[in-house]
Amino acid sequence: MVVEMSLKQSTPKTEASNDVILEVKNLKKYFPITGSLNNTVSQVKAVNDVSFSLIKGETYGLVGESGCGKSTTGRTILRLLEPTEGEVIYDGQNINKLKGNDLRNIRRELQMVFQDPYSSLNPRKRIGTILEETLKIHKIGNKKERTEQVMNILNKVGFQREHYYRFPHEFSGGQRQRIGLARALIINPSIIICDEPVSALDVSIQSQVLNLLEDVQQEFNLTYLFISHDLGVVRHISDRIGVMYLGKLVEESPTDELYSNPLHPYTKALLSAIPVPNPFVKREKIKLIGEIPSPVNPPSGCVFHTRCPFAMDVCKQEEPALKTIVHEHKVACHLY
Amino acid sequence: MRGDTMTELLLEVKNLKVHFETENGTVTAVDDVSFSVKRGETVGVVGESGCGKSVTAESILRLLNEKHTNYEGNILFEEKDILKLSYSELQKVRGNDISMIFQDPMSSLNPVYTVGNQIVEALLLHQNLTKKEAESKAVEMLKLTGIPLPEKRVNEYPHELSGGMRQRVMIAMALSCKPKLLIADEPTTALDVTTQSQILDLINELKDEFNMGTIMITHDLGVVAEVCTKVVVMYLGQVIEEASVESIFSSPLHPYTQGLLKSIPQIEGPRDEKLYVIEGKVPTLTQIPKGCRFAPRCEFATEICRDKMPQLESYENDLKVRCWHFKDIQEKRGGMNGSRNESQTVNS
Repeated sequence: MVVEMSLKQSTPKTEASNDVILEVKNLKKYFPITGSLNNTVSQVKAVNDVSFSLIKGETYGLVGESGCGKSTTGRTILRLLEPTEGEVIYDGQNINKLKGNDLRNIRRELQMVFQDPYSSLNPRKRIGTILEETLKIHKIGNKKERTEQVMNILNKVGFQREHYYRFPHEFSGGQRQRIGLARALIINPSIIICDEPVSALDVSIQSQVLNLLEDVQQEFNLTYLFISHDLGVVRHISDRIGVMYLGKLVEESPTDELYSNPLHPYTKALLSAIPVPNPFVKREKIKLIGEIPSPVNPPSGCVFHTRCPFAMDVCKQEEPALKTIVHEHKVACHLY
Repeated sequence: MRGDTMTELLLEVKNLKVHFETENGTVTAVDDVSFSVKRGETVGVVGESGCGKSVTAESILRLLNEKHTNYEGNILFEEKDILKLSYSELQKVRGNDISMIFQDPMSSLNPVYTVGNQIVEALLLHQNLTKKEAESKAVEMLKLTGIPLPEKRVNEYPHELSGGMRQRVMIAMALSCKPKLLIADEPTTALDVTTQSQILDLINELKDEFNMGTIMITHDLGVVAEVCTKVVVMYLGQVIEEASVESIFSSPLHPYTQGLLKSIPQIEGPRDEKLYVIEGKVPTLTQIPKGCRFAPRCEFATEICRDKMPQLESYENDLKVRCWHFKDIQEKRGGMNGSRNESQTVNS
């Protein structure tokens, strides 16, 4: 696959520029599998030693196939799931050590947009009530101010005042996703974790929501952690991308660099597997054999060696570390 | 390409209308749809949710609840009208001459039977085989779809298999009787990209081996470009464009098709700052616009579009389009089009 690409005009954000807003260090999340006596017999290693950082104002895309741990990573950062090990540092504080009010306060800064717009809104509450709830929990403003703020935010995501009184079932998938975004925006967070925000939507609606995400990012100076399995969407929206496989981060790179020069064999295979809407381009495919191994018993050494066309002896024994190859481009592979 | 077998007509859908009786009156989910499938040809039916693509597919096998469904038009399979078949005649066609792969491999297999059992069932029903023969045929089919250790897998239950494996089992089941026509309704939507590419390759290979006609229902234009020879684009129950796969991607005629193609984020080429957006949303079937169904969302819409419904018109070799203004739009896009083709050849 040869792709000649014009580099994106905007100045690429670099880690070195010292405005890291969130740092994830050696994050691990293991789910216990319990036996008949409620004893832990083994563990699902959903997120296994993942480290990366978010830079202020960027969109960091986290991609991978189902079961690779990308959503678990997102949820563990917010402590919707308790991490097994590791640190998540925001504003000098380790989120994993916070309790009670401190944790609640930090959640004002970190919000989430969920994948399924149908199940993430309470069907028995009006849109206005759903949005106001967030403000109430964080004790912001009095009743009148809160209503005013909700009206404002609805306006920002393209609704009118009358939508305040409607119920979720009166909205389509794309509209609900915009409400989900409004709910995240309303307490003015600095980071939003978007977990597959457009994968339940049709193509024409998907582009509407993606554009809205970009608009509000500019306006509210937001940082996104954008979790998705759709490599086209991720390429469009992200400044940097991390590729996950079986609970590990196997590659990290600025977007254009990743698509023009993928290093990890898994990333290469993943990119070549995407059907491109262009019948005139015949690309060479890298075929992967087999399927993702179980995260209960991940392969020894490099987790990808069982399917890797370039696997060597060392891959079976030694786990490769994530190392920088060229500027900002990191890969965990023994080939480099 | 197989010479004259290629030209042989397998299925012809003629002016198909599907009406559902609902509490709120009659809803027409498919309105005057016509297309044809030849042997060895893969026809893609694309459109967004609610455009009637799945209903069209299900009508071909008459899978819809006929208490509440009324059909109009003809579905000619090898010149027999499926809509006029009796139940027992229909059962001979289903799973034998025409078979179907469904979107969700998790819920389309019976959880209480082994996968072997489910493949054998179709074989015993349609083919003159003993149970033993059918069982060995089931193993053979599983092997053909690339399942490792088929002798072992054949005795496993669906929950023991992964999503990709289950889809392979579905394909094995669908192909076990060597159907003449395969209907694949979003066969890879629930799968990961690497698995998707394996399954698409598999469908492509098997299609050549059996010289099947295939109808590929999908919303993913990437999948269409990969496997289809002809494309039918649907919007709100109607066919709005029909063309060869090359022409759909190089010079789409209908503004909706153009919009769809422009709004997909691509993995190649320049990264535009903004994605193209088709404004508004698909209307519901109870509020169908009076004129052209796409008019409320179309940037080229004029008086006539809002007033009168355009017909599906033939245009140049085998192209069909339902739009009042496609010629003007075509002219306007002329320059742009040429440059796009050039850049594509450079890229490849």
